[in-house]
Amino acid sequence: MALLEIRNLHVSTEDGTEIVRGIDLSVDTNEIHAIMGPNGSGKSTLAYALMGHPAYQITEGDILLDGESVLELEADERARRGLFLAFQYPHAVPGVTVASFLRSAINAVRKARAGGEDDPIKIPEFRKQLDAAMKQLKVPREMAGRYLNDGFSGGEKKRVEILQMALLNPRLAILDETDSGLDIDALRIVAGGVRELVGPDMGALVITHYQRILNYIKPDFVHVFVDGRIVREGGPELAEQLEAEGYETFTPEPIGGEA
Amino acid sequence: MATTETQVVGEIGNEYRYGFHDPEDYFFKSGRGLTREVVAAISEHKNEPQWMRDFRLKSLDYFEARPMPTWGGDLSGIDFDNIYYYIKPTENQAKSWEDLPPDIKQTWDRLGIPEAERKFLAGVGAQYESEVVYHKLQADLEEKGVLFLDMDSGLREHEELVRQYFGTIIPQNDNKFAALNSAVWSGGSFIYVPPGVSIEMPLQAYFRINAENMGQFERTLIIVDEGAYVHYVEGCTAPIYTTDSLHSAVVEIIVKPGARCRYTTIQNWSNNVYNLVTKRAVAYENATMEWVDGNLGSKQTMKYPAIWLMGEGAHGEVLSIAFAGDGQHQDAGGKAVHVAPNTSSVITSKSISKNGGRSSYRGLLEVAKGATGARSKVVCDALILDEDSRTDTYPYIRIDENDVDIGHEATVSKIGEEQLFYLMSRGLSEAEAAAMIVSGFVEPITKELPLEYAVEMNRLIQLQMEGSVG
Repeated sequence: MALLEIRNLHVSTEDGTEIVRGIDLSVDTNEIHAIMGPNGSGKSTLAYALMGHPAYQITEGDILLDGESVLELEADERARRGLFLAFQYPHAVPGVTVASFLRSAINAVRKARAGGEDDPIKIPEFRKQLDAAMKQLKVPREMAGRYLNDGFSGGEKKRVEILQMALLNPRLAILDETDSGLDIDALRIVAGGVRELVGPDMGALVITHYQRILNYIKPDFVHVFVDGRIVREGGPELAEQLEAEGYETFTPEPIGGEA
Repeated sequence: MATTETQVVGEIGNEYRYGFHDPEDYFFKSGRGLTREVVAAISEHKNEPQWMRDFRLKSLDYFEARPMPTWGGDLSGIDFDNIYYYIKPTENQAKSWEDLPPDIKQTWDRLGIPEAERKFLAGVGAQYESEVVYHKLQADLEEKGVLFLDMDSGLREHEELVRQYFGTIIPQNDNKFAALNSAVWSGGSFIYVPPGVSIEMPLQAYFRINAENMGQFERTLIIVDEGAYVHYVEGCTAPIYTTDSLHSAVVEIIVKPGARCRYTTIQNWSNNVYNLVTKRAVAYENATMEWVDGNLGSKQTMKYPAIWLMGEGAHGEVLSIAFAGDGQHQDAGGKAVHVAPNTSSVITSKSISKNGGRSSYRGLLEVAKGATGARSKVVCDALILDEDSRTDTYPYIRIDENDVDIGHEATVSKIGEEQLFYLMSRGLSEAEAAAMIVSGFVEPITKELPLEYAVEMNRLIQLQMEGSVG
């Protein structure tokens, strides 16, 4: 039984437009999967649907985490079961500091894991974990006292997303276009952070438009995603082929005159 | 301070947390309703000097002559004939915690006062019913010559000082409810800080209404002498009763040249209380006055802390939070009146409306002729949590001087679905996520509160948010 199993998943927007048109995918611990696709192929919709965004309807298929369907679960329950989404465009929460937000989120996850009993992290332990993770991801200390994503640069937002991932210890992390807005140095640090976390307890699904991040993250599997479907699967070499040839090679024949 | 929301989840329910009350065991209780006899009896009972008795009776005349205000909120539910205007719970003031009667102690235990005292209090004046019964002034305050008493004791022990200032900032005929307070006032705090004395720890008082149909009419007078500093903090909770209750306080503050005063209030009246308070301060040359005012609970609040900037270089700030839920109308804001040159003021108002609640910002900014170089900034932000709720802004501006710098900004916002989803994707429930957004929204004000009040504020927000979304 894989950690995450996506079965024949179809996802539509609220107005009924089908964006994800039946995909099958399994991600296990110790594995990094990359989903590569052009803009508008439905990659972010897939990420949101996996996390439980209320604006997207699952019209067919299933999402299983540790063999159990999560379709009926709200985003917070999915998070407490170990799903994590690093957002392409993280939202600002003015007035709430990064540190305070992280502690609340950690405590929410801990509470779920303690069977609904409050089990707040001790402040010194939290400080220690936060300091260590910030150091590793080269996030300046002063960021902990700033309001979450409020006035952050693109790169700062992405690093803080990975910082959240590091502290929340998810079982499966979905990274939606985490490479956009990062310079090479930041990319290297972020990719190193992901690489480090993936292991016997965690798997990752890296969604990207470009091969660039994959040079550092080194995925085990690559899935080419075009027009709501996976059109090709393979090893890391597939990413290089894509980079060289572009997505046109992989575009499927239109079905029934759809655009 | 947005760190505590998740800690309190699960430990609090939807019922009003302070909705308990202890058996009534009163030493003296005036009859229901307001007459000359009642007012005279209050004065008699307190052994007041003749001038105060006359002041009260004259105030009663003003109260009776003035019509009910027709602006602001709906006050038609107030029945002046069905209110006790004076209740004295125990004969004498207790000097220490041990001396307090057990049922009063029990009430305060539930409010957590002993713990708060141990940690933070520099001196406690807590009001139980109409009168302060408990006072403790730390030795160092006494040494510095600081006076911190309940108003009744202040009048008895420092009559000349009281007589010099009492009713000078808010005249007894200022408005109907100030007149009412002037007639029947009881309790409140009297504070005098001598020149150059700076009190680092906030002075605190807890207030509590505990008798059905009882009005609470405390009267506070604070004099901060030249170059001195004081931070006075009051917090209110009240038990739930089925009939309407009235709270009508008067707070007068004098901030002398170079002095600074901060007055912090967090009020959480039960949802049947009319909370009609007149607060006004005067700030002289280079003095600073700051009102931090949080209004949760109550049925109808009308409260606009005012600052008169009387001397050159004076500065005033009003920070106001209002949280209006089901059946509540918070009509709150602030007033700044620039009388002298080069004075500055900032009014920051944050309101939250949910479950059909209504919050109104009502503010006055006035610059008199000759107050050249006056600067003022008014910012009011409203957060509306659902379609049934309402927010309004009534900014009154009167400028009689050309050389001024005035700014006014107002925003209305809602909690966005995307913002909620982002927080929920980190494991926070919808209510926790919404509470976090609200806590962040009011953070510019909660960060100005003493720690225990900031914690309490966030707990109250969490409580208010339970079951209000989704």
